[in-house]
Amino acid sequence: MAIKINSSPVRLTVFLSGEIDHHNAAALRLEADEAIQTSSAKNIRFDFADVTFMDSSGIGFILGRYRLAESFGANIEVVNLSGRLYSMMRLAGLEKLVTLKTK
Amino acid sequence: MKAVNEMKLQIESRSVNEAFARAAVAAFAAQLDPNIEDLSDIRTAVSEAVTNCIVHAYPDSVGKIYIWAGIYENGLFKVRIKDKGCGIADIRQAMEPLFTTLGGERAGLGFAVMESFCDKIKVTSKIEKGTVVTLEKIFSGRSATDDRV
Repeated sequence: MAIKINSSPVRLTVFLSGEIDHHNAAALRLEADEAIQTSSAKNIRFDFADVTFMDSSGIGFILGRYRLAESFGANIEVVNLSGRLYSMMRLAGLEKLVTLKTK
Repeated sequence: MKAVNEMKLQIESRSVNEAFARAAVAAFAAQLDPNIEDLSDIRTAVSEAVTNCIVHAYPDSVGKIYIWAGIYENGLFKVRIKDKGCGIADIRQAMEPLFTTLGGERAGLGFAVMESFCDKIKVTSKIEKGTVVTLEKIFSGRSATDDRV
């Protein structure tokens, strides 16, 4: 699991790669939250292009970041989702809270 | 019905073992020659069940997780994930989508994901004794016994 962050005044992009499960979600959370808290961008984008596996921990991860971003008045976009991950996020009703885009 | 082939695996409830557990079960299931979707379904469901053991069954300690998997005729695959942890007081409530006792970072979707990715799921639990989750999936790939020797 790796994370890469690209920040501009308008958009913070968090590139995730590898497997997202309960074990590595903890480290992801720390890095993502630090970036979100230090950024002034009102658009936060999570790029899932290189995510090879995700279980419901990935949904919890997005939900948690949504709550944080909301407290700063920022919105969240989750992009480059595989069909499978898109369905899982919809199963959780995430499309009501964040923008979901497939590959 | 007797399994054509089976395996057993015992791991400690450390989160670092989540990836190992789902990979091991998927590697065993590979002999059914599953398609990628079916294999991802099983990997995800096992990951959910094992995470439940780590997060819920043994919240403050490291316990044992017992995994058994069996291959049956006609592409049927079964996985049983057992713990000797705290048990679930109300299984129906635990299985409700979005129900979680942990809040915050947990989505409360573990059982919903297992249900949506498997054909059958059975949960039995006893307080202070532990929980057994049995997952069943019929792989639509080549039949389980095609290349049996």
